[in-house]
Amino acid sequence: MEKVKKGVRLEHISKIYQDPKTGKDFYAVKDTSLTIEPGSFVTLLGPSGCGKTTTLRMIAGFESPDEGEIYLGDEPINELTPNKRDTAMVFQSYALLPHYNVYDNVAYGLKLRKVPKEEIRERVMRILKLVELEGMEARMTNQLSGGQQQRVALARALVIEPSVLLFDEPLSNLDAKLRVSMRTEIRRIQQEVGITAIYVTHDQSEAMALSDKIIIMNKGFVAQMGTPQEIYYHPVDEFVADFIGEANFLRGEMLGRSGDTVRLNVEGNELLVPGRGDMEAGKEYTVVLRPEAATLADEGGLPCRVVLSCFMGSYQNYHVMVGDTLVKLEEHNPKNKHIYQVGDECSLVFAAESVHVL
Amino acid sequence: MARSQGAALDRKKLMADPIMVTTIVVLITFLTLFILYPLAILLVDSFVGDGSFGFSIFKRIFAMPSFTRAITNTLKVGFVVGIFSTFIGLLFAYVEVYVRLNRFVGGLFKVVSMLPVVSPPFVLSLSMIMLFGKAGIITRFLLHIYDNSVYGYWGIVIVQTLTFFPVCYMMLKGLLKNIDPSLEEAARDMGAGRWKVFMDVTLPLMLPGLGNAFLVTFIESIADFANPMIIGGSYDTLATTIYLQITGAYDKAGAAAMAVVLLCITLFMFAVQKYYLEAKTAATLTGKASRARMLIEDKSVKIPLTILCSLGALFVIMMYICVPIGACFPTWGYKFFPLTGKWFSQVFTRYHGFKAFKDSFVLSLIAAPVTALLSMIISYLVVKRKFRAKGFIEAVSMLAMAVPGTVLGVGYIRGFSGGLFHTGILQGIYGTGLILIIVFVVRSLPTGTRSGISALRQIDKSIEESAYDMGADSFKVFMTVTLPLIKDSFLSGLVTAFVRSITAISAIILLVTPSYLLITVQINEFAEKGAFSLACAFATILIIITYGAVLLMNLFIKYFGTSRKIKEE
Repeated sequence: MEKVKKGVRLEHISKIYQDPKTGKDFYAVKDTSLTIEPGSFVTLLGPSGCGKTTTLRMIAGFESPDEGEIYLGDEPINELTPNKRDTAMVFQSYALLPHYNVYDNVAYGLKLRKVPKEEIRERVMRILKLVELEGMEARMTNQLSGGQQQRVALARALVIEPSVLLFDEPLSNLDAKLRVSMRTEIRRIQQEVGITAIYVTHDQSEAMALSDKIIIMNKGFVAQMGTPQEIYYHPVDEFVADFIGEANFLRGEMLGRSGDTVRLNVEGNELLVPGRGDMEAGKEYTVVLRPEAATLADEGGLPCRVVLSCFMGSYQNYHVMVGDTLVKLEEHNPKNKHIYQVGDECSLVFAAESVHVL
Repeated sequence: MARSQGAALDRKKLMADPIMVTTIVVLITFLTLFILYPLAILLVDSFVGDGSFGFSIFKRIFAMPSFTRAITNTLKVGFVVGIFSTFIGLLFAYVEVYVRLNRFVGGLFKVVSMLPVVSPPFVLSLSMIMLFGKAGIITRFLLHIYDNSVYGYWGIVIVQTLTFFPVCYMMLKGLLKNIDPSLEEAARDMGAGRWKVFMDVTLPLMLPGLGNAFLVTFIESIADFANPMIIGGSYDTLATTIYLQITGAYDKAGAAAMAVVLLCITLFMFAVQKYYLEAKTAATLTGKASRARMLIEDKSVKIPLTILCSLGALFVIMMYICVPIGACFPTWGYKFFPLTGKWFSQVFTRYHGFKAFKDSFVLSLIAAPVTALLSMIISYLVVKRKFRAKGFIEAVSMLAMAVPGTVLGVGYIRGFSGGLFHTGILQGIYGTGLILIIVFVVRSLPTGTRSGISALRQIDKSIEESAYDMGADSFKVFMTVTLPLIKDSFLSGLVTAFVRSITAISAIILLVTPSYLLITVQINEFAEKGAFSLACAFATILIIITYGAVLLMNLFIKYFGTSRKIKEE
């Protein structure tokens, strides 16, 4: 596929919908600007109703933005209909043409483009090989498993060699195990082809596993954009921290600073955390603590009381109270560790550098 | 918030699709010209027919005792027929869904649901007269009653009930199947008997559905023209009064005003049914039954219900069978044996049978594919696309459902006999086969559209979107994806349109000119004259044609329908 890779740029995009119940207009997507690099795999992640699918459908052309302009490469595409856009979409429901077999489904886009028959044959077979569906050409789509159907959908999108591949929650109809193996597959194929991919999901582990960059959306806005690590370790706000993985929030007033470290008063205890330059004494700050970043000990940290202790196999799940704040912990590989029981008074221990101040 | 840019872009995208734009424009023109305009002209005519604007024409017609009587007659018949049909329909539906039936009875049920579809609307009136009339086989020759009159109120009620109850039966059957059996089992489990469960659970759940069935029948009944015409005698309903006002009294303005009155009644009923009851039905009976129902095996319930329904079904079937047999009696009322084929040969030798069948057949054959395609296009636009005029297209094509044929017929006379707005434009189509075809199309469009819409709603929107996304324009999407996926619905729409057209009479009888002989009009004429054997002979051949068409369609769907293949997992 020797095509010039193209990125996608959204400039101040908004989409307004009408609430069917109240009849009022609301922003499904508001003033969103994004730049998606050519050849990268970007995920739009967010809870339902956050505007991620609307954004994707605007890029595909099914919806028209009420404000702003969308660019494919350097070309503005607002006025192009979906069939004229150099994008291809993989749908949540697969959306295979049920009256065609696998071969005809994959060949459909090429036939529309009036590609010569021999070339169609050659390209379809090559793509089917790529998605590991060789020998299935003559099957009707309803004779395939969910995973196979999604491969056909992927092949159908890839075969027309679009500049951008769009995924609308493609794995959400599959069972959990298949989901994991399919996402590895999607990532492998995307890297092999080197195509720009935009992927919508509400499943954060999917987003982490697949993406070069994750865009977290909330209520029509982009909350944060960054690599999976940036987003996990340095969330910009509580929403992002809470949405990506589990997060505990410890709140406290800043007492003072010594170099890069600041002192916070958390539930009457002094806590040392890495600070930022703009922090001021006397103000309240929130600290994000990931459940796997802390552990319980007899002493040496924040005093706490165990309210839940539950064996989960690969880890021991604790809920502890630090003053009035509930903190959830995951103690991994608990086999040879001391297990604290409900009611035990103990200590919450974590390294200062493993927390993040919002 | 400004949605103007999005709307402007949507418009631009639509305009980039010339086939789509042309289709929409053509559709809007067609619907406006042949549904809205004739109705509008009726309104205009009835208010300004005498040259001055006002209620003078309405005052005049409401002063006619025959007209006010026709209104009460129509409502009385409609109400009673609605009640009877709903009740009998419910009985049949309940027995089919709840009681274990043997194959023979199940077969009877199927035949009963099928018969009204394939037979012309007035067949039962014919057989009613032949079986129970003055010279009826049953009344005169079996029971020796010599003065039994079937003409009038009860004649219409019985015939219409028998004609329309299968519609209720099919509607209610669908609803009953959607009731989750666990609801009733829960009531049984808490100690309620079968009767109590029926009264406390099943019936309340069905109530909006029953209301719906009642109103649908009510509308059908008051719009019915052929049965009151044949069996009404001097008992006139609105449809027949309007017809006589035009053909007898040559009072076109008066007929227009009467048509407006009839239209108002049906529109009101239709609005109640569509916007109030349909929504309620959907609200109480959502989703599918979670699993199969335990059928009633209890003999004390099963045997009486089965016998009752079987007798009812047999009676209906006998009524229909009476038509071909009646066509074989040498002289009706005097000599029944030996059976003869002379009426059939007279149909063709003396009464221009070939021409009648050819005309009816050809016109319907042209109308059917046009209707089927139009209704599929409308359904596609309504379900799958968004654009401004969509609401208009949907509303007008549904409106046609509430318009009685007689009203439409009068509208066409007023609207096209002098050309558009009496200017002479398009006057050429009046009196031609073209206008008959258009009437056929308009009359069958709502049914086709409705079934198309429900078929399309079952198809995941993203299937078409994916084709669009792959590079197909609207036309390609429609031809390569939508149409193949609703092929069955298209085919059955095709046959329904054909059957409806070839058996249509109410609007047609007002518009047909001597250059076209239509079978239904012939049957009506012979029945009016009392030549029942000839009417029966015509009707028999007509039933054979329509039944053949339905049979052909079923075979075709069985072997070539794609949807079935897709449904098989």
